[in-house]
Amino acid sequence: MKHLLGIEGLARDDIEHLLDLTDSFVEVSRRRMPKVPALQGRTVTWLFYEDSTRTRLSFEQAAKRLSADTLSFSVSSSAVNKGESLRDTVETIEAMGVDAIVVRHRSAGVPHQITKWVSGSVINAGDGWHEHPTQALLDCYTMREHLGGIDGLRIAVVGDVKHSRVARSDAWAFTELGAEVTLVAPPTLLPPSLDGWPVAVSHDLDAVLPKVDVVYLLRMQRERMTEALVPSLREYTARYGLTRSRVDLLDDKAIVMHPGPMNRGVEIAADVADLPRSVVTDQVRNGVAVRMAVLFELLGSGGER
Amino acid sequence: MAERERRSTPPYGGVFHARSRVLDADDVRRAVWRMAHEILEHNHGPDQVVLIGLQTGGVTFAEALADALEKIDGARPPLGSLDVAFHRDDIGLRPVLPAAVTDIPVDLTGQVVVLVDDVLFTGRTIRAALDAVHTYGRPKAIQLAVMVDRGHRELPIRPDYVGKNLPTRRDEMVNATLDGVDLGEVVKSR
Repeated sequence: MKHLLGIEGLARDDIEHLLDLTDSFVEVSRRRMPKVPALQGRTVTWLFYEDSTRTRLSFEQAAKRLSADTLSFSVSSSAVNKGESLRDTVETIEAMGVDAIVVRHRSAGVPHQITKWVSGSVINAGDGWHEHPTQALLDCYTMREHLGGIDGLRIAVVGDVKHSRVARSDAWAFTELGAEVTLVAPPTLLPPSLDGWPVAVSHDLDAVLPKVDVVYLLRMQRERMTEALVPSLREYTARYGLTRSRVDLLDDKAIVMHPGPMNRGVEIAADVADLPRSVVTDQVRNGVAVRMAVLFELLGSGGER
Repeated sequence: MAERERRSTPPYGGVFHARSRVLDADDVRRAVWRMAHEILEHNHGPDQVVLIGLQTGGVTFAEALADALEKIDGARPPLGSLDVAFHRDDIGLRPVLPAAVTDIPVDLTGQVVVLVDDVLFTGRTIRAALDAVHTYGRPKAIQLAVMVDRGHRELPIRPDYVGKNLPTRRDEMVNATLDGVDLGEVVKSR
């Protein structure tokens, strides 16, 4: 594997290999000194055209635990503000000699475009409404950790699917690994077409909850509320929010997931987020090991397997 | 097999063909027994001894040594396994086996760590293992037990406990398991 641009197109074997590799890095993370020299002498840089806390930090933590050198770069305080084009910025970074570029951009397809300009590896850390592959991998890993495996699981993905790159990557990953995925959202928050999506759709959360092993809540993107896709956040919460009373509909073993950042009181009630069945902090913790596995697979393992 | 040789055998390459049997299962059992006695003698008993088998070939020998130490002295030492893949100097030349589990059950600070491997060849695996051990604490001492020392060292490393010293040619290959030790070569399948 040279780049990681999306989950779509990855085979089940590829995904499972990365999840298996993650096990090794979870072990490394538990050591007294959680650092291995696997990527000594390699350089990783970040090109984030959108805000991020956990993705950016966990990639940085992952690279450092592998002993890679990291070049920090903040778009807001760089020559991009002087009008430098994406291509010129990328070629400048390339000229300094980096082995991997981790990209987040508001437009879909930017990571793919960058692969044409650089010799190193490109990792998609979120492009527009398209994909966020490392999030899907850490979600799969967290499910495997809590429920033993993904094959045969019934998973509800609830909320703003339309604007969610996480939902896209997750839908590909979960179904490729053998889960049944149901998207639960008002029609206005679903993509215009679901052709080619291997998923079921429902508009009734209460009917879906008793039949699932995992409830995956998407962030309600408040910044999109100007488009009047839902009447109000309160109305959304009333029909699609995971409230305390809705949690009682769930099977005892079912888990609640969220990619963060959470809007407590909107898509997830404040007390639900803190229940033992909510595995949100496990997702964040596993994010570091998953990203170590991705960096190691692209930069360290020699490519072929 | 030493790690460098294992790279060229299944699932990644050729097949090992044994030419001559060096030790049979009974010989191996007796050698393990002797090494266990030497470990106890050298360390004045089993206190603070931790056995760590190197993935993948050293793990079964570490288990066999732990069994022997338990029979001799009554106390079974802590037993761990270590995959040194992320510490190797030839990383990228060799696939990482996710099945090779690292499990260090105790804090190694102040302990006598006995690294256990099947075949000692260039010494590079041991170099990586010394590096890896330090991420788990600062042992009082690190010792090395190998079933077969086949020579051809590329680093200043020597074993403390040896099952069998076996002079070899560089292009030969040694396969050591609890069932016996064979000398032969790898025949490329492609």
